[in-house]
Amino acid sequence: MSTAQLVSSLEKEDRTQPGYTDEGLHELSFIRKYVFSTDHKTIAKQFLFLSLFFLVVGGALAGMMRWQLGFPGQPLPGGGVFPDTMAPGGIILPEFYNSLVTMHGTIMIFFAIMPLLVGVFGNLLIPLQLGAPDMAFPRLNMASFWLAVVAGTVMMASFLVEGGAAGAGWTSYAPLSTSGEWTGVYLGQQLWLVSLIIMGASSLTGAVNYITTVINMRAPGMTWFRIPLPTWSLFITAILILLAIPILTGGLIMLLFDQLIGTTFFIPAGSGEPLLWQHIFWFFGHPEVYILILPAMGIVSEVLSCRARKPIFGYHAMVLAMVSIAFLGWVVWGHHMFQSGMNPMLGTSFMISTVVIAVPSAIKTFNWLGTLWRGDIHFDTPMLHALSFVSMFIIGGLSGIFMAAPAVDIYLHDTYFIVAHLHYVLFGGSLFGIFAGITFWFPKMFGRMMGEGLGKVHFWLTFIFYNLVFFPMHNLGIQGMMRRLYDPNEYEFLQPLQEMSTFISISAFLLVGTQSLFAFNFFWSMFRGRQAPANPWNSNTLEWTVPSPPPHGNFAVMPTVYRGPYEYSSPEVDADFYPQDRPPPGAGPGGQAAPEPTPGPAPTPEPVAGD
Amino acid sequence: MNWSWMMPETVSTYGPAIDQLYYVILVITGVVFFLTEGALIAFLVMYRHKEGRKAAYIHGSTKAEVVWTVVPFLIVMAIALASKSSWDLVKNPANFPADAMRLVVTAKQFEWNVTYPGADGRIGTADDFTVRNQLHIPVNRAVRVNLRAEDVIHSFFLPEFRLKQDAIPGREIPVWFEATRTGEFTLGCAELCGLGHYRMKGTVYVHTEADFQSWAASRAEEQQQ
Amino acid sequence: MNHSATAVMDPRHPMPGMQVYNLKLGMWIFLLSEVMFFTSLIGSYIILRFAHPEHWTEPGVILNVSLTAVNTFLLICSSVTMVKAFAAIEQGDQKGLKLWLLATILIGASFVGIQFFEYTKLIHEGFVPNFAAYTAEGANLYGATFYLMTGFHGAHVTIGVLCLSFVLFRAMKGAYTSESYGGVEIIGLYWHFVDLVWIILFTIVYLL
Ligand code: HEM
Ligand SMILES: [Cu+2]
Ligand SMILES: [Cu+2]
Repeated sequence: MSTAQLVSSLEKEDRTQPGYTDEGLHELSFIRKYVFSTDHKTIAKQFLFLSLFFLVVGGALAGMMRWQLGFPGQPLPGGGVFPDTMAPGGIILPEFYNSLVTMHGTIMIFFAIMPLLVGVFGNLLIPLQLGAPDMAFPRLNMASFWLAVVAGTVMMASFLVEGGAAGAGWTSYAPLSTSGEWTGVYLGQQLWLVSLIIMGASSLTGAVNYITTVINMRAPGMTWFRIPLPTWSLFITAILILLAIPILTGGLIMLLFDQLIGTTFFIPAGSGEPLLWQHIFWFFGHPEVYILILPAMGIVSEVLSCRARKPIFGYHAMVLAMVSIAFLGWVVWGHHMFQSGMNPMLGTSFMISTVVIAVPSAIKTFNWLGTLWRGDIHFDTPMLHALSFVSMFIIGGLSGIFMAAPAVDIYLHDTYFIVAHLHYVLFGGSLFGIFAGITFWFPKMFGRMMGEGLGKVHFWLTFIFYNLVFFPMHNLGIQGMMRRLYDPNEYEFLQPLQEMSTFISISAFLLVGTQSLFAFNFFWSMFRGRQAPANPWNSNTLEWTVPSPPPHGNFAVMPTVYRGPYEYSSPEVDADFYPQDRPPPGAGPGGQAAPEPTPGPAPTPEPVAGD
Repeated sequence: MNWSWMMPETVSTYGPAIDQLYYVILVITGVVFFLTEGALIAFLVMYRHKEGRKAAYIHGSTKAEVVWTVVPFLIVMAIALASKSSWDLVKNPANFPADAMRLVVTAKQFEWNVTYPGADGRIGTADDFTVRNQLHIPVNRAVRVNLRAEDVIHSFFLPEFRLKQDAIPGREIPVWFEATRTGEFTLGCAELCGLGHYRMKGTVYVHTEADFQSWAASRAEEQQQ
Repeated sequence: MNHSATAVMDPRHPMPGMQVYNLKLGMWIFLLSEVMFFTSLIGSYIILRFAHPEHWTEPGVILNVSLTAVNTFLLICSSVTMVKAFAAIEQGDQKGLKLWLLATILIGASFVGIQFFEYTKLIHEGFVPNFAAYTAEGANLYGATFYLMTGFHGAHVTIGVLCLSFVLFRAMKGAYTSESYGGVEIIGLYWHFVDLVWIILFTIVYLL
């Protein structure tokens, strides 16, 4: 291809030109449009379906675990379909229970919550909120999705191989995870490792894309401190992914070599260091838990401000809190290892850094409360989910304080108290944030409104059953019940707690069942919901200035940004919102107040070749 | 159902200090919990949407920001400092009682083997004897256990003693505790160690000094035969 | 510099105010993750070596330092030729670009070749990562970390050679000009990074 040809073909592809339409899109085959699509909005939807599928799988695994805990040793209803190596006669075997624990955690964290937050909302929101036509690297974006599909397939396949799926916990502590000798799981553990290595590659390609997009693809006037908080949070999350995932990948590769080719990095019998694995895992792992919560915090900030019709309280403090979390998150990993035999002095320093990192979380919580204060609060479904995020995150954050005190952690570590904590931050936090995000941006994604009535019923039942499941787990932990126990009744002192376990299990079944309301509402609204206007929530950010769903290329004319994203109830205008791209009164396009307004084709970027 | 927020009975010397710390944190976090959740609910009621209401156009307040950065910081730092002494007392070998009775506990899938020094009071000699899943100790005497693991990581958990410590293969990790009353207590495994993890348990028998001596003597004798 | 050319350098959607074109920025970001990846390997090496110095021998006893020094020199040369290739296309010198790219590829390939030779020899001598083969001497951590780090570096060089060949292929078709050379620039960044990593690895694996 000659240069001239290349230039002209690229010019055709430049979607930022005025008058760019979707014509010509019909030329794309079905496959290019829906399967191997490079459109960030389509990829967001693909991630949505993939990760909701894994959410269902993870929920089913949890249901089976809760059956065994609620009704130990009784045959699982319908459990006869499982082979005798898992559940003979429907009775779950201990080794199968360990696989359930492991796969539930792994699938929920790596295949449900992470892709829901980063894959779905990262793809959907970053270009739209920045005023960009697409991601910086659309094809890389597509690769990211398909890598996730491959990883997910490998992970699911591991259930079917001899020996069953991995059973060493989602943390896969060595040396338990280094050899089937200890668990009876050979191939399953190796597939687990391979799958996570591939999933890491998927996350990395996504992260490179997001970071480049945020730095390079902002519409004119979209300065750093005018970026909406979801995009800010996803930007910081992408940086954490970029730096944390390769660490895990290195560890996974070493563990795989220990399994396959006889190295002994983590195997003490060959002078390896089991604690090295823990250090690698948690050095990745603590940034990972912030990867799992920051985007939800961004989503919730957006929804709270919009539905309270009030500027977010302390926008700069919100951003700074996230930035400081991103820094501090690297020096607290040891709090997962207080009882692992580390030097007690080291434990003390990890205690200090851990309590310090609770401060930015507190700042954010108070700012959310400040946002609601003197607002004009609309209780739509997304808002209800966002509010429950705030109230549940308070509980999760406060329970973290208990374990951050190493002396108290001696008792609480590896008990159900930890299980309660992590579900208050991951379900009460991340998942409610995800529900808030899905219900809020559903109209933008699918062009139809989600059913409000059913949405509220789903919210209230989820909120109630969720608390009935996880709040009592604090109490189980305080009574000393260890986590990952196949049958706690083996311990005499835990037998009186069986009643509570059964109560939790029944609530869990109801919680899982309630999600069918969401599924029904989701699919029904997708096809039958009310047509969505461009801006159903009277929101300020750029994604609401384009039709629902936005056309290929997003913006017909490159938007110009005049103000921050949270100018709600501004006295300057009569309406209680003030979109980011609306020129200030008196300053027409090209007027004084407009920061370098750029209607028309994108001006040529800075010279780049010579630098 | 047992919804209790109270710690179960503790029978070690340092247990009460840990429990007290727990209660301090419980009270502090409890107060914060009720204040923040209360404010949340109050705002939801007070500022719910009404026809004609317009929200206040407020972007924040530096003063408020400083207050709710500094106050939480001071509170969590205070908690951390309060935690330090118990932590050092339990886990720092420099603080272990010097005259403690010495034992070795070896964990392996899925049992706890407790090795006693025998008559000579020294571990690693011929008169050592080992009992499985039973930890016999005298009351009111410090016990120092060196933890070992043969295969994978296990975690030595004495809930009533408020002690937990991972046992790592390839390492020997010392812990200590002192019982304050006689009786039978739980020894459990707190780290997933394989399919039998849930049944990897033992019993702690706290004897009077005399009972302990006679138990040890009879065990040592058995060992000789 | 001709401004309209940037549309070609940034193949997708030029945005106003952009400082660095997407591909180049993306490569820098990607290299940051590569830094973390090698950090995890090197960090593990350091921890294992401090914990078990008895597994390691004096430098030069097992590993052939002089051969690898030659190899290191080669790789540094390839960085120079890469710079030359870049300088050539900046001047619009098509012939120079192709020649210097070819030189870089050949030197890179010889690096991999020599490493392959080194591996074969070492394995033949019994220096393997496998635990079972080494229990007696107890030196398996040495072997394992050696092959882990140099192996992943070698894989990076191999990928670099493949990408360079692709760039050369495009250069033969005249895809780069003095105004549009994004591909050459970003493969250059990658190549210099791989070179830098090697210098660190050579120092800690062979010399210390
Ligand atoms: C508010 C600040 C927080 C503090 C002080 C805190 C503290 C801790 C501590 C000390 C542990 C280790 C407990 C143990 O194993 O003994 C822990 C575990 C955990 N935390 Fe947090 N945490 C906080 C917030 C979060 C957030 C925001 C998330 C995720 C979204 C999170 C997710 C987890 C998870 C998943 C575990 C359990 C990991 C495992 O062992 O499987 N935490 N937390
Ligand atoms: Cu953590
Ligand atoms: Cu165990």
